[in-house]
Amino acid sequence: MEREMGADPFFAAASEEDTIAAISTAMSEAGIGIIRISGPAAAAIGSKLYRSPEDMKQGTRQNIGDWTPGTIRYGYITDADGQIIDEVMLSWMKAPHTYTTRDTVEINTHGGLYVMERVLGLVLEAGARLAEPGEFTKQAFLGGRIDLSRAEAVMDLIGAGSEYARRTSMAQLRGALSDRVKDLRARILYETAFIESALDDPENFDLEGYPDRLRGILTEEIRELEDLLIHARDGRILQDGIRTVILGRPNAGKSSLLNLLAGEERAIVTDIPGTTRDVLRERIRLGNLALVVSDTAGIRTTEDLIEEMGVRRAREAARKADLLLWILDAAQPLTEEDRQIGALVRDCVKEGIRCIVLLNKQDLDVCLYEEDIRAMEEAADLPLTLLSFSARNGEGRETLEETIRTLFHAGSGYSHNEALLTAARHREAAQEALEALRLVVQSIDAGLSEDFYTIDMMTAYRALGRILGESVEDDLVEEIFSRFCMGK
Amino acid sequence: MPERKDYHIAADVCVIGAGHAGCEAALACSRLGFETVIFTMNTDSIAMMPCNPHIGGSSKGHLVREIDALGGEMGRNIDKTFLQSKMLNRSKGPAVHSLRAQADKAEYSRSMRRVLEAQDHLTIRQAEVTELLTEGDPARICGVRIHTGTVYDCRIAIICTGTYLNARCLVGESITETGPGGMQRSTHLSDSLQALGIPLRRYKTGTPARMDGRSIDYSKMQIQKGDEEVVPFSFSTDLQSLQDVDQMPCWLTYTNEETHAVIRANLDRSPIYAGIIEGTGPRYCPSIEDKVVKFAEKTRHQVFIEPEGRYTNEVYVDGMSSSMPDDVQQRMYRTVPGLENCVIVKNAYAIEYDCLNANLLKLSLESRAVSGLFCAGQFNGSSGYEEAAAQGLIAGINACNKLRGREPLILKRSEAYIGVLIDDLVTRDNTEPYRMMTSRAEYRLLLRQDNADLRLTKYGYQCGLIDEERYQKLVRKQEQIEAEVRRLKEVRIGAAAQTQKILEELGTAPVKTACSLAELLCRPELHYDDLLPLDPDRQSLSSLPADVREQVEITVKYEGYIERQKRQVVQFEKMENRRLPENVDYLSLEGLRLEAQQKLQKARPASIGQASRLSGVTPADTAVLLIYLDKLRRQNKT
Repeated sequence: MEREMGADPFFAAASEEDTIAAISTAMSEAGIGIIRISGPAAAAIGSKLYRSPEDMKQGTRQNIGDWTPGTIRYGYITDADGQIIDEVMLSWMKAPHTYTTRDTVEINTHGGLYVMERVLGLVLEAGARLAEPGEFTKQAFLGGRIDLSRAEAVMDLIGAGSEYARRTSMAQLRGALSDRVKDLRARILYETAFIESALDDPENFDLEGYPDRLRGILTEEIRELEDLLIHARDGRILQDGIRTVILGRPNAGKSSLLNLLAGEERAIVTDIPGTTRDVLRERIRLGNLALVVSDTAGIRTTEDLIEEMGVRRAREAARKADLLLWILDAAQPLTEEDRQIGALVRDCVKEGIRCIVLLNKQDLDVCLYEEDIRAMEEAADLPLTLLSFSARNGEGRETLEETIRTLFHAGSGYSHNEALLTAARHREAAQEALEALRLVVQSIDAGLSEDFYTIDMMTAYRALGRILGESVEDDLVEEIFSRFCMGK
Repeated sequence: MPERKDYHIAADVCVIGAGHAGCEAALACSRLGFETVIFTMNTDSIAMMPCNPHIGGSSKGHLVREIDALGGEMGRNIDKTFLQSKMLNRSKGPAVHSLRAQADKAEYSRSMRRVLEAQDHLTIRQAEVTELLTEGDPARICGVRIHTGTVYDCRIAIICTGTYLNARCLVGESITETGPGGMQRSTHLSDSLQALGIPLRRYKTGTPARMDGRSIDYSKMQIQKGDEEVVPFSFSTDLQSLQDVDQMPCWLTYTNEETHAVIRANLDRSPIYAGIIEGTGPRYCPSIEDKVVKFAEKTRHQVFIEPEGRYTNEVYVDGMSSSMPDDVQQRMYRTVPGLENCVIVKNAYAIEYDCLNANLLKLSLESRAVSGLFCAGQFNGSSGYEEAAAQGLIAGINACNKLRGREPLILKRSEAYIGVLIDDLVTRDNTEPYRMMTSRAEYRLLLRQDNADLRLTKYGYQCGLIDEERYQKLVRKQEQIEAEVRRLKEVRIGAAAQTQKILEELGTAPVKTACSLAELLCRPELHYDDLLPLDPDRQSLSSLPADVREQVEITVKYEGYIERQKRQVVQFEKMENRRLPENVDYLSLEGLRLEAQQKLQKARPASIGQASRLSGVTPADTAVLLIYLDKLRRQNKT
């Protein structure tokens, strides 16, 4: 029965030997930012990138690890070709006397957001891994830098039972929604208990006609969860930006659209393969909203997301999106490819993803009209917004931006706060609950007996419990530290 | 005065009590080669069934099969002595199918006694154990003393006193100081336990009347027959050997408003409602008085008349346990259709007894206070023969593990109903006799009665209770199942006209395109055996045994559900595998709430998972423990 702790996959996942890096000041247009590198390779990575003014003259490099710990020096960050990316102040702190208890290099940049991201990109290329949210603090905790009483401040975030529910995680969804989750959960529990009672005591609990009754109850629960997920999405969107995927067949005008939207403000975020987080490539400001257009490299280089990624990958990207911009060449009749995209759009919209259809190339002879789209079998009855558009001369741009703002309107009462950061995890939990309840309905429809229902009902129950802090699961330590801002 | 010299007899293990727990414990220890003595108040009460005359039933049937897979005796014994056998809940999913057999009580007891008598290294001793002898600090068992003064030296004592300790039986105002079935009770052991600092609590349970079968009018009742094809409890019993048993019927009748009126009018004479009984009774096995009070809106309750044996007239009136006075019983039973002229042989009675709060035990069933002291069965606050036997077997196995310096066998909630049973007893707050129920098992689609052998035989084999032959048979079975499931997934049949015709004959929809046999088997209306005419290879395969075919069908048919439940188990086991060190000082652990500190300090859970199931430990406290463990791990590394 002896178990080896080291074999626990959780511990393995802590990957304490990694060197991690992130921008540890708030992402903003302000000129100065700090990139923190923490872990055994921090000095080596810093040494690869840093050159003092003398080094620049003499073509030398230095080993930061040889510096006196606590030193801060002026110099440059250069790329592989020796090009100066930014003037920086670089500091070196040696383990364990650092915040994270690991070797730490901090690069103070002042070249603005774009430069900061370039520098981070170089750091990652040099061997660091992008830090997960809260991971620096996690290193600090695991290194014994923060004790449990300090971690108690953290505990407030996950808190106890009802207190937790009142004060924390659901703040992102606001109190009324917390009550809704509780209510959904209580109903699942009640029905589960009923089934269990009937299985143990058939004499006193009758299951005659029960599956139909349960189907009705669950259908209502599913509807409420779907609704809740849409709200959760709104909250996250304000925080992180609208995940946007541009769909369209070759030459429909995808990259023109992107360039039009991005304009001069284009900010390129690093694109390092192997980082586990979404690769965000274009962040486009739209008033107080931001569009995060993913996989634009594919769009830019080949003009064709579908071709480049294959239908399967396009589907994956679209499924994770908040917004689809489906661009059609209005100067051409619909093709089979358009219909394929239409089918994908249909699946996504049914899951609550919003879609704007752009009839592009209004500057040419138009032969495709709104009615043609609505008449497509794939688009039938979908709540699509259709706009006339010309990526070439900018016609319809303002209407598009206005439409996006309306679809994701900021006035829905959600505000930035710390708890919002975990929205993604909670959204996942709600999604899991939703899928589990759909499986119960499938079981009912397939004529399975009641004892099968409770399997998926309990999955839904526990998933919702995670939102309320009433089920604690093994990945809790990860959870706690993921509540910190990225880079803290 | 001359110094009195105790007479000493040497043993390894002393088992106190020869009921269902004691028999399994003693057999396990002696079979593993340890010199074992089993004490009973009366050798005629070995494996006695003082209450219901059946073994198994919902969730209890699972326990019996698990006992069997681990190398216990109960399954084999009921297979030798059953009067009727029935697989319950066949209309539901396989998770809740449950085997139940009516036993010939006298034969069950005799048969188990013969097994004990034939067992090497096992001695049966009729005596009352009056004292547990310990040495050292902290205390460890070094012997037991019996009423004659004789001492049995031993390193392990296993208490399986059932309902005998300081028992008293109540029939209304009539109270007798006896154990179950009129047996002599034991009295001194309670004092000995208290002296060792082990507090006891008082529970009660009850049993209905036994009647003379000749006085019953069965024409007013519905007959309840056994299954035509009998399924054995034991995985080692030959199926064919059971098919010729002449099964005896049970009978169904109902109480009515008149019955309930008699009871209501006399509630003040029920010892429970009159406050004479101090013990807490089981909610899930209520007396007829309780049912009438708690389900006031119900106009009738089921009553089953069950035979007590093949060579006795006595029948058991299932569903009407009571502690009412005799005169009320006489009138009450006679209101039931078919029982108008019933003649009572034995009164229904309630029994009160001393038992342990199992929170004082480790999951191995060893006492946390006294090393070498194991406890099992109804003494631990459970109810039912099967629950008792399961604990007895585990206590016996773990006693041997201790003697051999091995880690204890602790079955997880995700592995066995036995794991659920023991974890519930040891971890949760229980305030009434604990009865096994399917709803207590979270992962019951995986813990089916049909796959108990596949789940647990390996443990029985590891500890030495399952022999090589039986284990190899199990391994072969496992291989056959896997191979056949793989084959069903690979073999594809086309949409030929001949195929469609067969499908139509089977009452199922035609196939649109080629599909695998496994996909077809997923249709609710199709069974493995139905696929024979569609299966190109099956005729040439030497036909698989019925138990393999059953596993194949369940594995394929419910694959999605099984997979999902397995995912739940993965999540669950992560928390179970986070072991908490034994020496944590919870009182100094910052961040825990006071209540949790105290609860944890007392309960000393083995894992985060077990801690999270303690009442008074909130999710936030669990979180603190997780963080604590993580930090501890870091410190140990540096």
